[in-house]
Amino acid sequence: MESMIASAVSALQDFTGYIYPNEYELHWELLIVVYPYLTGLVAGAFILASLERVFNVKELQPVYRLSLLSALAFLFVAPLPLLAHLGHPERSLEMFLTPHTKSAMAMFGFVYAWYLMVVLLLEIWFDYRKSMVIWSREKKGMMGFIYRILTLGATDISESSLRFDDKVGKAITIIGIPSAFLLHGYVGFIFGSIKANPWWSSVLMPIVFLFSAIVSGIALILALYMITTMFRFKEISMPCLNKLAELLIYAMIVDFSLELLDFIQRLYESEESINILSHMISSRLFISLIISQIILGSLVPMISLIWARFGRLPVEMRRIVYFIAALLVQVGIFSTRWNVVIGGQLFSKSLRGLTVYKIELFGFEGLLTTCFFLLLPFAILYVLTKLLPPWIIDEKDIKPAEAQVS
Amino acid sequence: MKENKSEKPNRREFLLSCSKAIPLTGALFFPLSAARLLLAQESGDYDPTVHNYGMGIDIHKCIGCGRCAAACKTENNVPLEPHYFRTWVERYVLPSEGEALVDSPNGGIDGFPEMNEDIDTLRSFFVPKLCNHCTNAPCVQVCPVGATFITRDGVVLVDEKYCVGCRYCIQACPYGARFLHPEKKVADKCTFCYHRLAKGLLPACVEVCPTQARVFGEVGQQSSPLRRFLRFNDVIVLKSSLNTLPKVYYAGADGEVR
Repeated sequence: MESMIASAVSALQDFTGYIYPNEYELHWELLIVVYPYLTGLVAGAFILASLERVFNVKELQPVYRLSLLSALAFLFVAPLPLLAHLGHPERSLEMFLTPHTKSAMAMFGFVYAWYLMVVLLLEIWFDYRKSMVIWSREKKGMMGFIYRILTLGATDISESSLRFDDKVGKAITIIGIPSAFLLHGYVGFIFGSIKANPWWSSVLMPIVFLFSAIVSGIALILALYMITTMFRFKEISMPCLNKLAELLIYAMIVDFSLELLDFIQRLYESEESINILSHMISSRLFISLIISQIILGSLVPMISLIWARFGRLPVEMRRIVYFIAALLVQVGIFSTRWNVVIGGQLFSKSLRGLTVYKIELFGFEGLLTTCFFLLLPFAILYVLTKLLPPWIIDEKDIKPAEAQVS
Repeated sequence: MKENKSEKPNRREFLLSCSKAIPLTGALFFPLSAARLLLAQESGDYDPTVHNYGMGIDIHKCIGCGRCAAACKTENNVPLEPHYFRTWVERYVLPSEGEALVDSPNGGIDGFPEMNEDIDTLRSFFVPKLCNHCTNAPCVQVCPVGATFITRDGVVLVDEKYCVGCRYCIQACPYGARFLHPEKKVADKCTFCYHRLAKGLLPACVEVCPTQARVFGEVGQQSSPLRRFLRFNDVIVLKSSLNTLPKVYYAGADGEVR
């Protein structure tokens, strides 16, 4: 017993003020930071894809299929960190079988299933159906067999059936936009509806989550497009890159304004929690919030993107700035998720003290597992691009798009 | 003759058709009777619907001995490590100037260390804490599988065979009353010693309190000691602005208590 208390006392030295005894351990750790980050990328990538499809932003054609496949790859992985974090993962299906309908978390399962089954898989299937039928005829052996299965027996590629595909695809995208909004807005709601936690409890939370998702999704596709084009030794479509950069700037301005609004509102209202939250920001979250999220992840990329997009820069330089800005945005958005999830648990609900979070390297919720979950979507995306090459259309279509812009 | 037979069944046919009806009637009535029987077995003499439990805590009477927190750990097999508590005692020291100083070393089980003599103390007092068994419990609302629920006698419980260990309830509790059981990997919290209530016993913390600072009873019944406590004291509930409607009532609690 004495040794237990001694160990507790030594641990206590890192804490400040008073924390409820049950609050010393953080309950949602690194994996729960990864979960909204991945879901955000899904929603962002899908919304980007729908811009091309529904709003006819022709410049984005080269990244349309890439966005869809990225969304799918990230969506496959998004629930895995949640599952790994559960105390009893073997009981996780209960959330679907006997859900508690008043629970935001239980309902998220259905939003996720809807998004995966009805929106993303269907849209990709309709979009790729013609190509899959052609590949199933061209390819021999195993691959031909796989493509035949993927066509689900719908091998009619006549003019009228392709028109039908297009129509349905468009309809799914139109349903898909509010679904993508719902998917990530809902993640925000899971946090924003916790009235016990003044750092989370905010009506703006779902909207802030949504816009940060759009920002992260566009930045991801921008970076992915540049990397994949480079490794395929193809010419990159500058109008597409410029359009992506523009959209990224607009989304970032909205996102940053919303977060600023949230911040100003809290500061001005100055509720009971303001002292401990200010203390937390200036001590525990200084690096991840002020430096990583606001300066490196928002202001620097925003200014450099505006400079690169609208300034007079050589194309090479412009590309480099875009790429670095896109990476910085990812750092910024990951920090945003960190600051929400970890930040919300660093202060005591007694509003009298701060706790600490030490990342484990190994273990189920450790750094290595986290890195695995962050890299896994890229591995899945690689397989998906091998199976359903998203670049078939770009070689043919870049030129007309460029011509249109110039 | 034939017509006669079809209109009026003879005795043999009548008995036969009756015998066919017996299993059907049985099938209709069996579930009802079985359910009644099972319910009677489950509740025994105890009828949960007539109870609505709550607790009163008199801050003036609490001497901070921590026996309640110790008894709770023993009674409910709560892990002995210092960061798992179903109930704990906090010490508040209000200096003449500045912020209140609060501590709860090992939940108050081993007593409290001497205070720094330099502090010009205005007042000090002890506050026992536990699950507030809220009527409008946020933990119950957020549980994705309904493993956390309110019993018919008004106690918030966790079904440990059903809890998935997502810890959403721990995040949703404004009082820090929940923890993840380190071995069972499910949410754990005060049950008002539910296993004792059904036997007509008091919760362990109430039983061992040497000063009767904790009063347990019915919220609604005239004869309940809790009713008397509520009648003769000015009480507050913690974080009332959150509208959780707690059923743990504090008499003599300072505005600093949260």
